[in-house]
Amino acid sequence: MKHIETIETRNLCESAKNGGCGECQTSCQSACKTSCGIANQQCENTESK
Amino acid sequence: MIHQYQLGGYNIVLDTCSGGVHVVDEVAYDAIALFESHSREDVLSSLQEKYAGREDVTPEDIAECYDQILSLKEAGKLFAPDTFEGMAGKLKEKSAGVVKALCLHVAHTCNLNCSYCFASQGKYHGDRAVMSFEVGKQALDFLIANSGTRRNLEVDFFGGEPLMNFDVVKQLVAYARSVEKQYNKNFRFTLTTNGMLVDEDVIDFANRECHNVVLSLDGRREIHDRFRVDYAGKGSWDRIVPKFQKLVEARGGKGYYMRGTFTHANPDFLKDIETMLDLGFTELSMEPVVCAPGDPSELTAEDLPIVMEQYEKLAELMLERDRAGKPFTFYHYMIDLTGGPCIYKRISGCGSGTEYMAVTPWGDLYPCHQFVGEEAYRLGDVWTGVTNTEKQCEFASCNVYARPDCRDCWAKLYCSGGCAANAYHATGSVAGVYKTGCELFRKRMECAIMVEIARRMDRKKAEAQA
Repeated sequence: MKHIETIETRNLCESAKNGGCGECQTSCQSACKTSCGIANQQCENTESK
Repeated sequence: MIHQYQLGGYNIVLDTCSGGVHVVDEVAYDAIALFESHSREDVLSSLQEKYAGREDVTPEDIAECYDQILSLKEAGKLFAPDTFEGMAGKLKEKSAGVVKALCLHVAHTCNLNCSYCFASQGKYHGDRAVMSFEVGKQALDFLIANSGTRRNLEVDFFGGEPLMNFDVVKQLVAYARSVEKQYNKNFRFTLTTNGMLVDEDVIDFANRECHNVVLSLDGRREIHDRFRVDYAGKGSWDRIVPKFQKLVEARGGKGYYMRGTFTHANPDFLKDIETMLDLGFTELSMEPVVCAPGDPSELTAEDLPIVMEQYEKLAELMLERDRAGKPFTFYHYMIDLTGGPCIYKRISGCGSGTEYMAVTPWGDLYPCHQFVGEEAYRLGDVWTGVTNTEKQCEFASCNVYARPDCRDCWAKLYCSGGCAANAYHATGSVAGVYKTGCELFRKRMECAIMVEIARRMDRKKAEAQA
């Protein structure tokens, strides 16, 4: 019996290896202007995924 | 660090440091809660006792469940240790001195007189002014010169109401387009407008040049017109909605957001979202008001449970509409679990004061649009660059590990420490946190992740049936 279903996610530890290119959008710029987070930002570095 | 919650019929376990998301049954949900603080023996006996009356949960099942948890831990997907602190600040070190986004305040004036405006009717507690082409051009030159190897540069035309200085906006875009190839840059323009001056010319321009447009609409007519009035006190809803509909229709799928603000007057903001949907808009954002403590529009402690419930109902509505083939986007529920930000971005935050700055009509630089008017936070100007390096250092050292309140928060790598301006206004320090904002953020993340799980489950079900 499978008790746990793991949803596919980006491995954050792995992202440390090639991350940090800085090309992604500035968090606050797109819509909110008042209550930013970063979860809804897209990674723009295709080589690091 | 893990976070467990139940929502939308799912038992959800988030593993903060690996970014892991798990959907579990009730036995695993209970076992995970006990796992780190109890021995294997204790976990098994406790669960055997709890599920003693259940024929479908045998001791073998419980043991198997425990071993699945252990395997996930060993694979680094559950109870992953927090090893990121040493990386804090590294992204900012990597990009020291690089600026990639500017918020251009092309108009410190507005044709609406909204009492809840954080920018004090567009004046930012100062004089009315519009930006000249020369100042704007210098700002773009400053951005190009300081952007290092960054190719994508973002410029938001902001105000006040930027269309009150539309000619300069057009000239600045033309200038940027004339030089971007030469410098190997790609400008992405955003226009944030209240809609009053939108006409055919603006629509053509926005659809041709703007990567994104942000259109201010608070939803229901009576809610919108309560605050968003002209200087004669007349509501603006009837004048702007047809213009926005025309603009969005002509946009042909390019990016836009209908951006509303909810206040003490409408903590039941789902009705405003439904109004936006009824008007034909599908890319939506509703933001909690940012205002001075004691302002009549401020969200109260009594409003918060209502807001939390609204977020849950919004998630349900999104799924209902998905299933009915009428999907819509809510800005804060956008989450790409497989392609979201890297760990550097998750630690570093919004970039205000370092890679992102606001420029006033006079060419002064501030850490972001919300600091404009706070004289102590003036960083420099577009001619000489950043001269207030002491203040900039406060922002450069701002990251999720620099905020003591974030240390034990499960949402820290989704939020990245939150908004420096909100923190400053709530605590007097950019390294503080705005606790109400944190509560709202955590709720939004719980809902966003649940929606994403439900979508995946729906797809899986559809594939299985096909």
